[in-house]
Amino acid sequence: MKAKHQRLTLALLAVVALVGAGLLAAYALQDQASYFYTPSDIVEQKPAPGTAIRLGGMVEEGSIQRSADGVTVQFVVMDAGARQKVTYTGITPDLFAEGSGVVADGRLDANGIFGAETLLAKHDENYIPRELEGIDMTSGKHKTETLVQ
Amino acid sequence: MIAETGLIALWLAAALALLQFALGAIGLRMGRDDYYAAIRPVAVAQGLFVSLSFLLLIWLFLRSDMSVKLVVMNSASVKPLLYKFAGTWGNHEGSMLLWVTVMGLAGAFIALFERSLRTSTLVATLAAQAFISLGFYAFLLVSSNPFERMFPVPADGQGLNPLLQDPGLAFHPPTLYFGYVGLSVAFSFAVGAMITRDVGAAFAKAMRPWVLGAWIFLTLGITAGSYWAYYELGWGGWWFWDPVENASLMPWLAATALLHSVTVLATRDSLRAWTLMLAVVAFSMSMIGTFLVRSGILTSVHAFAVDPERGSFILALLALYIGGAMALFALRVGTVKEGKRFELVSREGALVANNLLLSVILALVFIGTLYPLLVEAVTGDKLSVGPPYFNLATGPLALLLVAVMAAGPLLRWRRDNAKALLNRISIPILLTAATLFVLVLFTTGMSILALLGLALAVGVAIASFAPLWKRNLRRTPLHIYGMVFAHFGIAVALVGMACESSFTEEKLVAAKPGDEIVVNNWRLQFEAIEPMAGPNWTALESRMTAQYGDGVIHEITPQNRMFAAAQTQTSEAALLTRWNGQLYVVLGEGDSEGRWQIRVWWKPFVTLIWFGGILVALGGFLAMIGRLQRGYKQRKQREYAEMML
Repeated sequence: MKAKHQRLTLALLAVVALVGAGLLAAYALQDQASYFYTPSDIVEQKPAPGTAIRLGGMVEEGSIQRSADGVTVQFVVMDAGARQKVTYTGITPDLFAEGSGVVADGRLDANGIFGAETLLAKHDENYIPRELEGIDMTSGKHKTETLVQ
Repeated sequence: MIAETGLIALWLAAALALLQFALGAIGLRMGRDDYYAAIRPVAVAQGLFVSLSFLLLIWLFLRSDMSVKLVVMNSASVKPLLYKFAGTWGNHEGSMLLWVTVMGLAGAFIALFERSLRTSTLVATLAAQAFISLGFYAFLLVSSNPFERMFPVPADGQGLNPLLQDPGLAFHPPTLYFGYVGLSVAFSFAVGAMITRDVGAAFAKAMRPWVLGAWIFLTLGITAGSYWAYYELGWGGWWFWDPVENASLMPWLAATALLHSVTVLATRDSLRAWTLMLAVVAFSMSMIGTFLVRSGILTSVHAFAVDPERGSFILALLALYIGGAMALFALRVGTVKEGKRFELVSREGALVANNLLLSVILALVFIGTLYPLLVEAVTGDKLSVGPPYFNLATGPLALLLVAVMAAGPLLRWRRDNAKALLNRISIPILLTAATLFVLVLFTTGMSILALLGLALAVGVAIASFAPLWKRNLRRTPLHIYGMVFAHFGIAVALVGMACESSFTEEKLVAAKPGDEIVVNNWRLQFEAIEPMAGPNWTALESRMTAQYGDGVIHEITPQNRMFAAAQTQTSEAALLTRWNGQLYVVLGEGDSEGRWQIRVWWKPFVTLIWFGGILVALGGFLAMIGRLQRGYKQRKQREYAEMML
């Protein structure tokens, strides 16, 4: 490093590093960010099976079924326009219940069933997952109050 | 009356902060020494009044004074005393008051004990500190008054969020706040030095203990927060790349970079502008962290108040401080003289590499954390950025950073040659290669990152002790030991992370009482489910025994708790710690056939993650004591010499 230009070299290094960081981030975000879908969005936009996405909506009344192994659940997430079948293996979060909001990270499989890897339910009375704010989930059977407190 | 006294004390503290700022600003402009003399007592008085205000708020919480709105919203009279106490800062208003209290105390501390800095720089620093505090006072008094009364007085309070009812609450937020505030002090020093054009080794030496202190607290806060999330959430993970976690990680990354560059500035008088910039960035990160967590822009257990007015207020403060500091930096950076030069292969060179890598990692975390908010604001699309992005983007760089960390301390200041370095570091490199070889040969299914991480950690663990090689151990300065401990701690944590991600065994079953569950060498016997009652909750508890090999039979009791006041459920995992790992058991729901979901993890060496964190903090602590001792001795010698003259 030429002593004369040391300061300039350092400043340039810093700029190169930050630009590099930006490019790296842009590249990684393209593949790794997962978009949020409601069941209606899935019907309309048809995300490719296998892509990591985030699904949000309300657990349909009477849809939760436990499998024979006791640790897998199937249920339906719905909004005003569509229904989406979901399967999840694991301990369901506290306050995961029918008629209540849920956000799931996972992927669609080839048969159009959403395999959830993590489930987030509202964990207290004052909390609803951020993504569910302002989404219309009403249908014949439900009232909005069940979701928006 | 207590509440009113508290509010008055808060107003007085705010007025004193204004006075402190005005004294500093006017004094500097007119060069009045008498103004300089007055600023110290004012800073001390400000610290005392704001502490009084905070103590009174604690008092209100301890006596469960239900005429105060904040107590009603966040406490209940049947709550255990510890949580009444900790509940003081388990909410938005209280935590902001804690912040400004710590800040006031830090100002008082500087006013009382800082003697080595040029007076005008000290005055500028205290004025900058008061200016930052003023924003928070305004925030408290205008939109978040903690002492607001409530009429009619309700019979009892609404209780504290159950997830927060944990001994961790007593320590985790104050620890992080000490860290954030420490960075604000470092920032004030930087602003002070920029204003008086006094950027050099003396300023770096005055700033260093604060950076070091902030960094120790942030390290402890993050370590504790990680462990807390690990056992409280019952998800078995120790880091989720949640925006709230990132909000504490980003200041830590900046503080780590600053800590290293301020050392270069203090010892070698190089990297002046760079250190100033990092001080600005570190404080900005702690402000952004506060903004993310407190504005309600994210939903989490940390976002106490979802209130747009408050969010805008913090955003305005953020823009004012960061914008102001950047502008000052841009104006004054030209007047900062270039520091001493160094060669590429030198201790300074390695520290520049450390700084660059940390900055890039920081930028990656920053972009990943804010990207969803940005996209939603611009296009309305909702998306989330999770572990896949963060691990992919930061993992390889973090490993590179760890490798630099092993080599850096073995380089000489100013100039060294690469061959000599290679010689010095040959044993760790061989060890890393050998470990890698063994791992590739005998393990299956390890990810590349974990594989490299584990191999590197072994080499780095040895290399971290190399600075002690051929030294007289009794005469080695304490801060060298500090560095050795901290770097060794990083290696230890890295071993924990790599083992946890590679060797964890997991089992998820639906079991009936009487069933046996086998995971690795553990045999668990599920005995019964029983109801339980605590002071403010009821629970279902499963009684189980666990045995490792032929070892002792342990009794474990994972629970599902229901909190009456908030109608909330939490799951209390059962943990069993051995020297070689931790057993983690979570109880799920029961079904109609009398089976219960039980999830069991065996996590080899997972505890090393947090032991490593504690070692890192301990290293920082040793360095701090060493530096303070040395600074004290030098001052005594200087005073003695002056006396002789």
